[in-house]
Parts: sequence; structure tokens; C-alpha cells
Amino acid sequence: MLSYILKRIGLLIPTLLGVITLVFFMISLSPGDPARVMLGERASAEQLEKLREDLGLDRPLHQQYFSYLSRIVRLDFGKSITTGRPVIEEIGQLFPATMELAFFAMLLASGLGIIIGVVSATKRNTPLDYASMIGALFGVSMPVFWLGLVLIMIFSVGLDLLPTGGRMNIRLYMETFTNFYIIDALIALFRKGDITYLGSALKHLILPAAALGTIPLAIIARTTRSSMLEVLKQDYIKTARAAGIPEGKIIFRYALKNALLPIITVIGIQFGLLLSGAILTETIFAWPGIGKWIYHSISARDYPAVQGGIIIISTVFVVINLLVDILYSVVNPRVRLS
Amino acid sequence: MKKHDQTTTANLLEIQDLSVHFNTQRGVVKAVRDLSLTIKKEETLALVGESGCGKSVTAHSINGLIPVPPGIIEKGKIIFEGENLLQKTEKEMQHIRGVRISMIFQEPMTSLNPVFTIGRQIADVFLTHHDIPREEAFSRAVNLLDMVKIPSPETRAKSYPHQLSGGMRQRAMIAMALASPEPGLMIADEPTTALDVTIQAQILRLMVSLKKRVGMSLLLITHDMGVVAETADRVIVMYAGRKVEEADVYSLFDKPAHPYTLGLLNSLPSNRKYAGASRLEAIPGTVPDLLTINDGCPFANRCPRAGDICRSVFPGETPLTEHHSVWCHNHVR
Amino acid sequence: MNDTLIVKDPTPFQEILHELSKNKAAVAGLIIIALFLLIGILAPLIAPKDPFAQEISLRKLPPFSPGYILGSDDLGRDMLSRLMYGARISMIIGVISVGIAMGSGLLIGVTAGYIGGWYDRIVMRLIDIMLAFPYILLTIVIVAVLGPSLFNAMVAIGVSQIPRYARLVRASVLAEKEADYVTAERSLGASPLSLMFLSILPNCLAPVSVQATLGVGEAILSSAALSFLGLGAQPPTPEWGLMIASSREFITNAWWIVTFPGLATLLAVLGFNLFGDGLRDVLDPKLRE
Repeated sequence: MLSYILKRIGLLIPTLLGVITLVFFMISLSPGDPARVMLGERASAEQLEKLREDLGLDRPLHQQYFSYLSRIVRLDFGKSITTGRPVIEEIGQLFPATMELAFFAMLLASGLGIIIGVVSATKRNTPLDYASMIGALFGVSMPVFWLGLVLIMIFSVGLDLLPTGGRMNIRLYMETFTNFYIIDALIALFRKGDITYLGSALKHLILPAAALGTIPLAIIARTTRSSMLEVLKQDYIKTARAAGIPEGKIIFRYALKNALLPIITVIGIQFGLLLSGAILTETIFAWPGIGKWIYHSISARDYPAVQGGIIIISTVFVVINLLVDILYSVVNPRVRLS
Repeated sequence: MKKHDQTTTANLLEIQDLSVHFNTQRGVVKAVRDLSLTIKKEETLALVGESGCGKSVTAHSINGLIPVPPGIIEKGKIIFEGENLLQKTEKEMQHIRGVRISMIFQEPMTSLNPVFTIGRQIADVFLTHHDIPREEAFSRAVNLLDMVKIPSPETRAKSYPHQLSGGMRQRAMIAMALASPEPGLMIADEPTTALDVTIQAQILRLMVSLKKRVGMSLLLITHDMGVVAETADRVIVMYAGRKVEEADVYSLFDKPAHPYTLGLLNSLPSNRKYAGASRLEAIPGTVPDLLTINDGCPFANRCPRAGDICRSVFPGETPLTEHHSVWCHNHVR
Repeated sequence: MNDTLIVKDPTPFQEILHELSKNKAAVAGLIIIALFLLIGILAPLIAPKDPFAQEISLRKLPPFSPGYILGSDDLGRDMLSRLMYGARISMIIGVISVGIAMGSGLLIGVTAGYIGGWYDRIVMRLIDIMLAFPYILLTIVIVAVLGPSLFNAMVAIGVSQIPRYARLVRASVLAEKEADYVTAERSLGASPLSLMFLSILPNCLAPVSVQATLGVGEAILSSAALSFLGLGAQPPTPEWGLMIASSREFITNAWWIVTFPGLATLLAVLGFNLFGDGLRDVLDPKLRE
């Protein structure tokens, strides 16, 4: 078990090295002069020369690569061209926002998705099952950004129930400690007894989390259903029934615990994908997270920011996939004890 | 009805004219047709036949475990201790399943839940039927594991199924079946098929001794005539959903009357005395498609003794002795 | 239950067609796909108006206005005509992206699986690295490098989808490679190329066809997303994602400009997903009952 985990971590390093290398060369070899792009058409020759020197662009490519690599190992992603601040600092500040959004989207998606999947599987081939599965099919076929706009159109513009974007009412000033607004709002609630912050933070979270969670919700519901159907066919379910164990207990304990194994994998993969799906959702809901920031960095051709952002998101993605694999083997006694 | 079946008071289970169908995409599968059988208290009845003959479907009907749909109980009664189980609600069945009727399945590899320890699974059966604390249920589970002769039952109770050998798992399955509060009938569906020959004998002996000790009846479902000879009091031979021969175990092995029974016995490696067979014989032909089966004798297309009438009319009962009947137009004399 | 039934087998292809025709989801999907293909092909003939013609006096007409069944957009262009041309673009995107992905993926997968050794290790390592990027991020990075345009978006989507075909095909090739028919042909002197592409590959196509069908739907969604972010189609192209993007400011007063392009995308993708799911159910014997 431990050797398996160590082996998986060992495999992580070449993959991440590959990611960094690929990102570096793709950006370096892309057409156009980064210095020119950054400074604009009216920059003077000296300005361009100066910037190239600052960025190390005048040195041979392999030298640039190795110095880049050595800086990344020290978590130095350079400075953002648009803001002039170190990239890692910006990411550190924006990351909680994205994690918060992704976490709640996933909470919604896995909670609802598992319930829908289990109900569908137990009520197989009933109208309820058909409705859920058609709904799930719509969920995976929908452009997320369009769903976001439609949600805004209905709940913000039409019904005026929820805000169109942002993380909190701009008129509220909240002290931030963690940059996870829900946590900060809870702190405010306990320290000042003021629930306004929590209310506002939650209200702002609902629509983006719903939009971001739709695809994973649909995928988790479908996976749960097929996984449950597979498990319910197994002999040990027959054994439990023959032993007179009540149906509810069979479904929610005997079957679901077995069915959860593939569901965990799917949840993990989806969580990793959410981080990049957030690019669209954050852009629509003006959510100040990594996704929106990467999008703006790409538009502004802010190369250090783009490189840093992509490497960080990919790293988190790969690490989450690894954690899921480990979690899978912990939950599954057949793997854990072998 | 058979003569010796009239002493209904001693009958624990009585199945009358049971027919079970399955609606599939290709049509209706008549899995069991007009089956009647009885099991007396503390008796072992063996239901014998090839896979697909309806013996498992029969067993599952008793326990109310036929998935409906696609399955339908077309007609018949399943009378257990004087009550028709087919008229019971799912809720009522839960007080019979695992309480009075328990079941052991063929595949010990897949019949135990892989994500729970076996002690936990047995304890769960206790917890379902008794209002006792979890610790007590677990210690009772350990006792049962001891009863089915699993060595060091305390540690084994904390093992997951994949950590046990096939024989050990089947013992655990038997322990689970014994966890029912008042076991009356144990249905064993091919309990030893997946096991090594040496282990098979041990498990069969264990089942027979436990049956006597607990005072229950055993319905043994198997395709293995060897297992039948070793365990059964009476035997019913099924073919393609029909009962074709019924006898006490001695008469059946002594004087098999149905050509199919004869074929089954001839295919046993140790039995070469029947019908002058000199070597291991397979029955020629294949089991008919249960979708297209007609009202004739289903064995007719493989039967060396079949005549025209066999293909169109299923024969009625021919009693040979008080304990031996055959359903054949042209049985072996 | 260990009671099995004995059935007679028709030829595999007939059986697949027969099962497909009985699979309601697959049939519904096929009808939707056919509808969008037809609209796409016939767009110049059936579109009531020029999709680019602006009519400033007839801006933001609501649906069912005379001559504008689905209304007009912020520049007075006919929504219906733009959606019809959009179908054409989306179908092209789907075909080209999946063509790139499938072509390269098959080539990589077959060679990696068949040749094996160091070549297999290096190629699959690269595929692993590609898979370390979340899919949408990878397409965005590639477009960011190549520069925003519809064609580059198709290339980016195609490249990002290569890994799944490569892995799928490699796995099937590894399974098929040792099959008796391959050994037989090899002993008869068939060349590696003919073994790879004429003998083994056709036997791996079932999972690939499912993947390709689902891939078209995903490509349509991805290209809409890229266009929405300004990285794909450029104005005034009537691409659905771009239409949604440019309608963002009108969500307060012209719902149809936002709603219809999204519905069109949803419906088209739904068609491919329905058909892909149906195809998978039919081709995967495990799921058949």
C-alpha cells in the first residue's frame, strides 16, 4: 500500500516536469515577440531591448529553459506584466476564491448526483428514472457559459432574487483572513454576531456553483446509476436479501458502499476538471478567481501569468487525481489489504 | 397429487403447480412449468438438472427473490408451514426470508459483500432479526463461525471475504444462513460447485450435520449426481423447466426410469453400470430453447426412446412404486 | 442466476443495426443529427435571409415578428438565418476536430500498441503529459499559442482530444495483437503495415466509433466555449458560442438573442450524445440484456 503510494508520487515528478517543459516551449515558440506584444506597437527599440534582457529572452533557448526550471522549483513564476506583482502571490490570493467555488459546486453535484443516481437505479425504467436520465443528458449537452447567462437572466434579472456576480455585496466590508469568504463570513458571524456577511456570501455563491456544478452533477448521477445497477445485480445483494436484510439498508449501505468506488474516481476527475471549467463560470459571474485571471492574462498576453497559472492548475489537477487514486485504494479493502 | 404427499401435516414446504415465466426482449421464457414438490420436516430434497432447467428459479420463487419484472409467477402456490408465500407482501416476506428460510449461493467468491468483514455481515443478519447490541451480534457471529468449523473465528470474523479461501467463504455463507433466528428451511443453490473436490465433501458433511443439529430441512439444488448421492433423502430431476422424475435417493440410483436421469447418471465418471454404458457418456444434443419450447416433452429431441407422441404431449405421472414416479411416455423399465 | 438461454446469432453487423434501430435514444439522436446536418448543408438554400445583412431599423425584434420568426439580433440580423449558418459551422467544427483527433490518435495508438518497446513508452509518456492538462485548459493554451481563430480552435480541440483515441486504440491493439488471426496472417508474410492498419485496426473500431460520436458533441461545446472567450470564431461569423458571447449585454432586455443560440448548441450536442450512448449500449456486450 505505502509502496504503491510512493510509486504513484514518483510517477508524478516526470509528468509535472513534462507539463512545465511543454508549457515553456509552447509559449516560447509561439509566433510573435513577447516583448513587442507586452509593450505594444509604439515601444522604442531600447525599451524592447531592455525588456528582453529583463526577461532573459536574449539568451539561447536552452539556457532560458534551465533558468526557468530552476526558478519554478523555487516557486518563482516571475512577475505579472499587467500588475507587476509576483505571479505566485496573485495566484495565492485568487486560489481560495476558485477553490471555494469549486468545492461548493462539487458538494452540490456529488450530493444531488448520488441521490438522483441511487433513486434512478432503484426505480429503474420508471418515469422517474427516465426523467432523471434525460435531465442528466441535457446537463452534459449544455454549454456551461450559456447556462450561467440563462440563470442570471432568470434569477437575477427576471426574479431579482440573486446577485449577477461577484463574491459579496460591494457595499459590505468584511475582514478577510483566509480568503475563503464562507469561512471568513462564519468568523464574522461568531465574532460580531452579524449574519449579513454569510448571507451575502452564500447568495453570491448559489448561481455560479449551480452553473459550474451542472456537468459534474449530470455525470455523477449517470455514473451512480450505472454503478448501482451493476452492484444490485451482484450475488452478495441476493445473499443480503435472502438473509432478510431490509431493502433500504441493502441499497444505502450494502450496495452504495460498493457502488461508491467508481463514483469516487469520477468525483475526483470532475473536481480536477472544475478548476479549468471555472475559467468560463468565473468570467460570466465576475468571480475573482484563477480562471477569470488566466482568461484576462491570455487576452493581455501576460506570459509569466499564463505560464504560472497553467502550471499551477495542471499541478493541482494531477495531484487531485493522485489523491483520488489513493482514496480509492483506502476505501477498497481488496486494494488496501493486498 | 402423489399418494405419499397426502400426509400434509409433516410437510414443511409444498409447491403446487408452479409456473414461472420471464419476459425478455426476445419473448417469453417459460423457466418453470407446472412444478409440484414437497419437503418434509428435517428432510433433504435434491433438485437436480443442468443449468437452465429451472431449479434456481424454483429456489428463488420460494424466497420471493424473482425479479418482477421481467419475472412473473404465472400460477401455482408455494405453501410454507400452511401459508401461501406468493400471497405475502414484500414486508411480510422479510419476516420469513432470513428468519425461517435461509439461502446459500453457488459462488462463495461473489456471494459475500467485498467491502464488509464477514463478522460484520453475519452480525447484520442478527441485528436485522433481533433487538440486541452490536457487540453481542458480533460475538454471536464469532460463535457461528466456530460452529461451521472456521479456525480462529475471532480473527477470521475481522477478515474481508477476499482474504479467505473458497471453502472458508462457503463456511462463512453457511454461518450467515444459520444466523436466522429459527431456521426451518435452508436452500442451498449449488453450494459446492465452485469448490475443490476435497473441500466439497467437507462442506456437504458440515451441512448435513448442521441440518440434523438445528433440526431444519434442506433443499439442495445441484447438477452433480455425486452430491445428490452423498446428501439427499429424496430427489427431483428437472429438465427444461419440467419435473421428469421423482424418487427416494435409493430408488433413483437403483432404477432410474427417465431416459434423461439415465443420461445424467451415465455421465458420472464412477457410474458405468447403467443401460450397459461402457464409458463416460455425454447426452447427445442440446437443451431446447425455452423461448420456442412447445407442449411436448422437452427432452424428446435428445431422447433415444422418443416417439411421435413425445413431441406433442407432455406425459402425465406414472407411479412406479410408492416413492418413485416418472413423467415419460416410454420410460425405462 | 445461472440459468442461461440459448439463442441463435445473426451476423454482428446486422445485429448492431437491429439493436440500434430498437434503441430509442439512438434513433432520436440520429434524427437530431440528421436534422442539423441537413440544415447545415442546405443553409444557403433554406435560410430566409442573409445572415450577415444588418437592418439597423429592425434591431432586437422579438420572435414571431413578421419576416423574423426567431426575432433579430442587436444589429438587426435574422436570428433564424444566423442559427442555420451556425449549424453549418458547428457541423464542420465537429467533423474537422474529430477528424484531426481520430486520425492522429489512431495512428499513434496503433503504432504504439503494435511496435511497443521504447517507442511505446515515449509516446504514451507524452500522452500522459497531455492528460495532465485539464481538457479545456489545454485547448485554451493551444489557441493562445496559435492565435485566436476558428480554424485554430478546431486544431486545438482536435489536438486536445488525441489522447483518448490513442489510449483507446493502443489498449485494443494490445489485446488484438496476440489474437490467432494476426499470428496466422503474420506467418503468411503480411507486412507490419498491413497487419496494423488492415487486420488489427478494423477490429478496434467499435469503441472508437462511440468515442468519435461523443467527441463531435464535445467539440461543438468546446468551440462554442472558445468562441465565447474570444479565442475561436471572430465577428461577424454566425458561430453559436460567439452569438451567445455578443448577446451578453442584452440579457436584461432581449432574452431571445441569448437563448436561441444556446438551445441550438444544446440540441445538436444532445443529438450526438444520445446517439453515442445508444451506440455504446449496443456495442458493449456487457450492458446488453
